[in-house]
Amino acid sequence: MSSAAYERIRQNPKFDKLVATRSRFAWTLSAVVLVLYYGFMSIVAFNPTLLASPLGEGRIATIGWPIAACMMVLFWVMTGLYVYRANGQFDQINAELIKEASKEGQ
Amino acid sequence: MLRNLTRFLPLLGLLLAAGAAVAGPGTVGEAEKQPLNVAAIAMFVAFVLSTLGITYWAASRTKSTADFYTAGGGITGFQNGLAIAGDYMSAATLLGLTSMVFAKGYDGFVYIVGFFVGWPIILFLMAERLRNLGRFTFADITSYRLDQSKVRTVAAISSLTVVLFYLITQMVGAGQLIKLLFGLDYEVAVIVVGILMMVYVTFGGMIATTWVQIIKACLLLGGGTLMMLLAMSHFGFNFENLVTKATEVHKDGTKIMGPGSLLADPVNAVSLSLGLMFGTAGLPHILMRFFTVPDAKEARKSVFVATGFIGFFFLVVVLLGMTAIVLVGTNPDFYEGGNVGGKMIGGGNMVAMHLAKFVGGNIFLGFLSAVAFATILAVVSGLALAGASAISHDIYANVICKGRPQGGSELKVSKIASIFIGIAAIGLGILFEKQNLAFMVGLAFGIAASANFPVLILSMYWKGLTTKGAIAGTICGLTAAVVFVVLSKAVWVTVLGKAQAIFPYDQPALFSMPLAFLVAFVVSKLDNSAQAQQEIAAFDDQYVRAQTGLGAAGASNH
Repeated sequence: MSSAAYERIRQNPKFDKLVATRSRFAWTLSAVVLVLYYGFMSIVAFNPTLLASPLGEGRIATIGWPIAACMMVLFWVMTGLYVYRANGQFDQINAELIKEASKEGQ
Repeated sequence: MLRNLTRFLPLLGLLLAAGAAVAGPGTVGEAEKQPLNVAAIAMFVAFVLSTLGITYWAASRTKSTADFYTAGGGITGFQNGLAIAGDYMSAATLLGLTSMVFAKGYDGFVYIVGFFVGWPIILFLMAERLRNLGRFTFADITSYRLDQSKVRTVAAISSLTVVLFYLITQMVGAGQLIKLLFGLDYEVAVIVVGILMMVYVTFGGMIATTWVQIIKACLLLGGGTLMMLLAMSHFGFNFENLVTKATEVHKDGTKIMGPGSLLADPVNAVSLSLGLMFGTAGLPHILMRFFTVPDAKEARKSVFVATGFIGFFFLVVVLLGMTAIVLVGTNPDFYEGGNVGGKMIGGGNMVAMHLAKFVGGNIFLGFLSAVAFATILAVVSGLALAGASAISHDIYANVICKGRPQGGSELKVSKIASIFIGIAAIGLGILFEKQNLAFMVGLAFGIAASANFPVLILSMYWKGLTTKGAIAGTICGLTAAVVFVVLSKAVWVTVLGKAQAIFPYDQPALFSMPLAFLVAFVVSKLDNSAQAQQEIAAFDDQYVRAQTGLGAAGASNH
């Protein structure tokens, strides 16, 4: 692929906007995952009894189980969210960018 | 048994994710040879015949190097997602994680979350760039704007090291597991696995390897889910009911319902989870999967699918472990001499197998054994293909032939390389039968996280990376990971017989990975050569391609 086409894309203000929006989205989601996971691990290491509290009066099941399970489900839903936006909205801008870059090249 | 298991748990953790089956002789060790299991062998033969049929079909479609390495980029996102999930959910995941929950309750669940959490991060930060920049191997990405020969040579060496260590543990695990489950001789099992692997890879390339992986993933998911449902039916599908009975019979009582001693050392836990998370993102056979789909769209989709299946399977495994506390843990049939709480028949990793026998009889046990064997077969095939592509694509085509191999010669070299890797795997598998291999899995993940991952990430994200920095980072990560593992308990105490480990943690990643980042950064910064300037300038074009996919290798026409 010619350097000229890459140059044209770089000049296109849409490119900066695409990269900025998508990166911000990706980093935000990553931060949520890491904060939740390492937050969870800190509770495990420093305040384990919190996770061992029963789910209700006289129950054996503790809150730690649904918390861990919900965390896994949430992370998966977040991957779905990213794919939905990246494959839809972002890829549309991407396709326009590539089209404009190759049109100008002719 | 429990004390013995606890001692190996941290390493077991790595073992599992590594799909190393039950390679840790501390847990299975002198696997008793069992009587021939006819149901298991029949089901395994059915699996082998159908996969050989697929290989025959795949061979007719494997004409170019692109077909061989990446199935011509023609795998859909959903198929690839299943295949990635298959690469990650090994026999050892089923056996090892079930045993961990069985022994430790909630602590096992905490570990499982750690095995899972890397996937969303891989999607958010790596998937689309990997697909847009890479073609056949991850060295395509690291060497994109750097010195081809030097960067590829170093990347191929670290890839082959990871593949080799991983392969040895798989072969030894396969031999021991099969001896135990099928009643075949160790050598026979290793040779069967090695030969089938060579056939799949040499004739069917990535197309066959992917389909073997997909079939196995479906079998594992289906079998695991069915077993979970059968087991839960004993508790009226009621979790409260299950944990009430489990805490009544477990020796730790209600302690299994919250975090316990397993994570008493947070530094160790963090290092282990880092090694798993970023080791996964640096394993050559996993990275290669991102090049088998047509574009970044499908690459993203495949991680979404893989994450869903892996997460679901892990939750199933948690329930298997908990139900096994009651159904297996109180049943004298599964203990040597009928001594409940004593030594489990077949070793501590056999919990899932005993549960299968309890809920579904010998037929279901046979089915699950066949799935376990199929799993190992699928994983070693992926590994052999990754190793072969490092030899033929990186070393032969790009270093020796300077990127211009004679027509057809690259494909020939990759097939010869697959055969040599297969022979080496059989030989090493037999040679290492009685060795303690727990350290090798830690090493494979440690090297992947320290030598491959940092340079891969920097090459995609940091403009300033130069050839010298990339080489220094890879070599430093590789060396640090090896040195730390040698000084850790798994080698220093267990293998070399010294009294006290010099490096106190089980997984080197927390230390060796930042070191590799630092060295790559500092050396790149100090590199003021004209070549370095050019490499930095070339980042801008690479960046546009990474973001937009313009110029990325597409799918070949099929």
